[in-house]
Amino acid sequence: MAKSEDELTWRDLEVGCVISDAGNACQYKTGDWRSMRPTVDKSRCIRCGVCYLFCPDMAIHKTDEGYFEADLYYCKGCGICAQECFTRCIDMVAEEE
Amino acid sequence: MGKRVGIEISIAAADAVQMADVDVIAAYPITPQTHIVEHLAELVNNGHLTAEFIPVESEHSAMSVCCGSSAVGARTFTCTSSQGLALMNEIVFIAPALRLPIVMVLANRSLSGPLSIWNDHSDVMSVRDSGWIQIFAENGQEVFDHVLFAFRVAENPKVSLPVMLNIDGFILTHVIEPLEYWDPEMVERFLPPFEPVNRLHPDQPVTFGAFGMPGIYTEARKAQNEALLAAKPEILRTWREMGEITGRTYRPVETYRTEEAEVLFVTMGSIGETVSLAVDELRSQGQAAGLLKMRLWRPFPFEEFRQAVQGAQRLIVIDRSLSFGGPGGPVAGEIRAALYGETHMPVVVNFICGLAGRDVTPDDYMEMYRRSQEMDLAAVKQEDYIMYGVRE
Repeated sequence: MAKSEDELTWRDLEVGCVISDAGNACQYKTGDWRSMRPTVDKSRCIRCGVCYLFCPDMAIHKTDEGYFEADLYYCKGCGICAQECFTRCIDMVAEEE
Repeated sequence: MGKRVGIEISIAAADAVQMADVDVIAAYPITPQTHIVEHLAELVNNGHLTAEFIPVESEHSAMSVCCGSSAVGARTFTCTSSQGLALMNEIVFIAPALRLPIVMVLANRSLSGPLSIWNDHSDVMSVRDSGWIQIFAENGQEVFDHVLFAFRVAENPKVSLPVMLNIDGFILTHVIEPLEYWDPEMVERFLPPFEPVNRLHPDQPVTFGAFGMPGIYTEARKAQNEALLAAKPEILRTWREMGEITGRTYRPVETYRTEEAEVLFVTMGSIGETVSLAVDELRSQGQAAGLLKMRLWRPFPFEEFRQAVQGAQRLIVIDRSLSFGGPGGPVAGEIRAALYGETHMPVVVNFICGLAGRDVTPDDYMEMYRRSQEMDLAAVKQEDYIMYGVRE
């Protein structure tokens, strides 16, 4: 699918709206569901990766420095990472326009 | 030329399904559809039809099985009535959205309540807007022909939509009529093997039935509607082709003695034959009466309908179900909408009759004609209707 969902016209859709190319769920920006975003206090982070393990959307990845951060294109702001964090270094803060 | 036989229409319908060489039949028995699926079960059991007969636990499962089997590219048939259609309702809407060319024979029966097993059109009207191609048959020959027709149209890659063939419960399903079977070579000429547009297959995986966010749902619905509208020329072409093979040509709106007619009855299904007797009688009395029989219900044949009513002053539209709290009968409502704004707009007089199998005879149609003549037509409103024969 070359076009994004918002650009597709009814003529672009395949018969019966089947999806013929694999893996295009990665185009789906679940990040726009988010009302709270995770922020990390690196001074308290022990780089254990428990947030990475628990993220239900696999939106958290490891940085070159060994810390973990959320990809805000996908992060829905569910707060599970903050809940599971051993050192309470993740805070959920309100998204503000 | 096919073989002429006297046979119960349900058995003929099942034999037509067999001649179409279906791969999968999933159905749950319900009156008055029963003889059709029973006979198909026998054909499969006795080795006369190589197909999977899946005796599901409910109609909801029947239509779910049909969606699955059609999606893998199997020619698929089901059959139901009334409450059975109501129970499969959720999946009935999904089949056309996925563009799955399933064929269903709907043996029309009234919906509960009160509980009734007899014939009217309340079941089909409950799925009027589901997106299926919907056709009505008037007699056994039309049923037989249209089973094969339904597969051909549904599976046409330019159509790829499910087809619902409506046949009046008992009045057609349980009646023995003379009709002409097709020869196998006629079927071979008419109905090619099923080649689905998309299919579930591991060699080329696709996703059927993905969800659609607000950003795409409108486009998906528009595409589905365009597909149903685009099916009409294919339906017309296929009727012509079937006519070349069988010598019987069908049209979306059939006409009977409409020459110079000032008053036209409008019917759907088997009552067309009864009304034709009343029209004959009225003609013999010098009345300019005629009859239109709606064969294609979805997509609605606006153009052919408007053409057919040219010159008529009055339409007596017979509805076999009631739209509670609405404009009377669903057929009259559609017809009034089809005529709205036309320069020549005949007055629509709507009678609702024959609910749950109550007999309506040619004399009753004569009486409706008489009553419509006595009406002050200028005072007839869009939402007016008469429940014929109801005891006050």
